[in-house]
Order: sequence, then C-alpha cells, then structure tokens
Amino acid sequence: MPVDKPLSFRDVDGDHFDTESLLRNAVHQREKNGYDDFLIIDVDSHHYENEAFKEISDYIRDPVLRHEAKYQGTGHGGITSELGNYQSMAGRVTRYPGRRKEKTPPNPHRDITLMLRWMYAMGVDIACMFPTPMLNLASCNRMDVQVGLATAYNAWLCERILQEEKRIKSMLYLPMHDPAASLQIVKEFIDKPGVIGFMVTAPHYATFYDNNYALIYSMLQERGLPLAFHAGFPSGDPGLKLTNRFIGMHALGFPWFNMLHMTNWLMNGMPERFPRLQTIWIESGLAWIPFLMQRLDNEFMMRSSDAPLLKKLPSEYMREMFFSSQPMEKVNNKRALEVTFEMIKAPTQLLYSSDYPHWDMDLPSTIFDLPFLNRKEKINILGENARKLFHLAPGLSDSKMQRRTHKK
Amino acid sequence: MTEIQVAQIDDIADGGTRLVQVGDLEIAIIRQGLSYFAYQNVCPHQGGPACEGIRMPAVEDVIDEHGIFTGQRFNDADVHIVCPWHGYEFHLADGCNVINRSLKLRKFDVFSRNGSLYLSM
Repeated sequence: MPVDKPLSFRDVDGDHFDTESLLRNAVHQREKNGYDDFLIIDVDSHHYENEAFKEISDYIRDPVLRHEAKYQGTGHGGITSELGNYQSMAGRVTRYPGRRKEKTPPNPHRDITLMLRWMYAMGVDIACMFPTPMLNLASCNRMDVQVGLATAYNAWLCERILQEEKRIKSMLYLPMHDPAASLQIVKEFIDKPGVIGFMVTAPHYATFYDNNYALIYSMLQERGLPLAFHAGFPSGDPGLKLTNRFIGMHALGFPWFNMLHMTNWLMNGMPERFPRLQTIWIESGLAWIPFLMQRLDNEFMMRSSDAPLLKKLPSEYMREMFFSSQPMEKVNNKRALEVTFEMIKAPTQLLYSSDYPHWDMDLPSTIFDLPFLNRKEKINILGENARKLFHLAPGLSDSKMQRRTHKK
Repeated sequence: MTEIQVAQIDDIADGGTRLVQVGDLEIAIIRQGLSYFAYQNVCPHQGGPACEGIRMPAVEDVIDEHGIFTGQRFNDADVHIVCPWHGYEFHLADGCNVINRSLKLRKFDVFSRNGSLYLSM
C-alpha cells in the first residue's frame, strides 16, 4: 500500500531518560479507562532516599553518628551495611579516603604502582597480594557468582599483575563452597608465574576436613604449594552479629574463624592425612595461638579418642605450621609476646606480614625492634622463612640493590 | 634555650598544620582556634606521621543516671591528634596518648611575638 504522507516517528534514545516518556502508555490507559472520573489512592510507592542522604543525615541527632553517617553514606558499603564498614574510623585512617586522590601514571597497572610505592617505603622486596572485598565472596548466596568471580579474578590477577611484576606474588582465591570448581582453579593456575599457593577465606561456612576437598589438598601437597587460611569479616555470623561495634567484631571475628578451622583441621587429623601439605594462618594476630595450643592439648589428653588420627599433641602439629605476624598484639604484654614466639617456634614458622594498606597494618619494625630476637631470627621472620616456604629465589629488589651500591 | 622563628602568625590557617624541619627533627606547628601547639611528627606507636592526620574531638558515650546508654557526643574541649597510620589518638593540649599517658608526642614550646611564631628548643 503506498504511503501518502511521512509517518511520524521517534528514535529510542538510550542516553536520556525521563519518567513521563517511560509512562506514556500509562497515560493512554488513564485516558482510555476514564480515571479522571474517580479517586485512585496508591498505598505503596517509593523513592530512593539514599539520593537525598546528604540532607537526611543533617537530621541525625546524635552528633557522632551524624559524623559517621556523613562519612560512610548509606546503601551498599555505607553505614547500614554490616558494622558500617568502619575500618577507617570515619576517615581517621586517612589512606582510606585519600586513596581516590592518589595519582598514578598510565603504566604500569595502577595496582602495581600502588603496591610498589609502599613496598619501596617499607623496604619490602616481595609482597604476596590478596584482594580486599573479595575476602567476603563466600558470603554471596549464588554459587555461580562465587565461582565465576573467583575464576575471573584469578585469571586477571595472573595475566595483568603477576605476569607483569615479579615482585608481586599471590596465593589464589579458592571458592571452596564448590570443591570441584576449586580443584579446577588449582589445576588451571598452579603453574602461572607468581602463584605461590592457594588461599581460602576463613569466614567460609564450610567444613574443610570434608572428603570433597581431598583432591585439592593432594594436588597442593604433591606440587609443594601451601594452603593459606585468610581471616576476614564474619559476614552474617549469628554470634558475631551480637557485637555492635567494629572493634568487637574485628577483635573476635578475625581470629575466630581461623581458630574454628584450625580446630577442625587438627581434630580430623588433616596433618596426618596430608603430611606434606603446608598450611599458613593469616591475619588473625598471634595471641590466639597459645590459647588454642593449650586448650586443645588439655582437651585432647582427656578425649584422645575424639581425634584418633593424631599421633602427638595438637600443639606439636601447630608448631609445624606457619603463621603471619599481623596484627601483632604488642600492647602491655611483653612477656606474653615472648612466650608466644617460643610456643609457635617463631624463628622458623613465623612469616612477617604488613596487611598494608589496611588500618591495622604492621611495619617491618614490629619484628625488627623485638628485643628477644637475634638478628638472624629477625631476618628469618622478615623474609627467609617465606622465601624457603614459597621456593623463591634469593635476592634483593633492584631498588635495594641500587641503594646499597650508592651507600658504598 | 634557642628560639627559632618558624612562621608568621597568619601563615597557618585555623585548623591547619605546618611541618618545619629543624635539623633532624620534623616538627608540626598546629593551629587550633587562637592556640598554637608544636609536636615532633613521629608517633610513638610505629613511627607514623602523627601530626599529618585529622584532628577530632574526643568521642564520649553518654550514660544517664540510671546507667542507660543514650547516645554519643563529641567533647569539643578535648581535641585529639589522630595518627593517620593506625588511629592512635593524642590530646592536642599535651600530646599524651588518650589511654596511656606515658606514650607521648614529643612536645615543643611555641609562642608568638610581634606577629611571628617561634619554637623554643
């Protein structure tokens, strides 16, 4: 049929949006159905108050809460999220808000530049780099997201960071709610440059002694790579939700899950089932270790049939494991700290860690300044223990070598 | 005692901090309102640049006469220097840590004369 006159038209414009345009067809219904002739009341509608949160927070009566709310914002990651993501104490730890302002050149990758800057300042030659928000990935309800994101992150990390900068290493994240996927990740990435082990985040609601994980542990054992248990936020844990302040959640939650997994690991005889698998227990501090050694030894002597695989005391197995040093508890406890170092065989088993850039980071001086260690023991803890564990080549960073040459 | 001129009165805005190098010492000259304070810019905790952080009034939990928690408030009469590395807090007035007074920022006397600020060392 021929067209007599041009048709009116409009092109869909994805760059603009307005409510009236979206609801044009509702206007047609309004006209067609004669809604102008009677009352309509809608008893449930919404706005996004987070978009007005700057104004709303002015009305918070508690001045301290108001300050926090203004700093944190609302919504995901804001003051209404679990414990308000209060790591930075409303901006007191300035590297949190300051991070956005830090400039980096286009190359190398920004993450590499930021890492190398603090490593240079602290005198760190090699750093094992972990993600931050992904430490909570295990709390995601969707397994496809856990596995998909873990695999993507590991692939990105290996290709864009570890391959590009040999001073940065990592122990790759395993989505342990899916043992098969975790095994696949180990197989796929175990030979990638810079991969020095694999990591599970401790706030996994998973029973790591389960047979489903045996193939993973066997493979790591055969290949001589360690398995790390990394502390993290106890998202959604019913007990720890009873803490109403960040300090309580962090003081308890960060050691708690490592204590839990360590207890299960020992009581299910995992060091006997996988005798050559090295484990590392990360970011729970050190004070929990003597407690657990004493507690488990005492209980085990009374209930040895509860853990029939063990051939020696739990503490003796723990003394063969590795622990990262941060956050080292150093306030008002000199003797306790020294005893802790003895109990964990620190000169061979302790691995220095900074946890930079997190709020409770430790400088190398936390080890170097300890009066009860000799120089060799300090050097072991600061680097040699890790070098041997991860089979790293000896040698200092280029910047250190240059400074040493210059000093001569 | 040696007097070292470090700035003009108006060089440092209210709430501002100027860092001056005096020999091997980096000293922060802090202005809060009409008052000036001077501390070495080294935290006794792990050596952080304590004076380069933010300053915050002390936070207080407000408990009523029945022991009931009613909220929190700031005590503007007690401003704290907060070390940016780990959040250790020190009273602006005397440089002592708010929990352990034996942990201190090294304090220097600062005074004004004829529109200039001086350190007394």
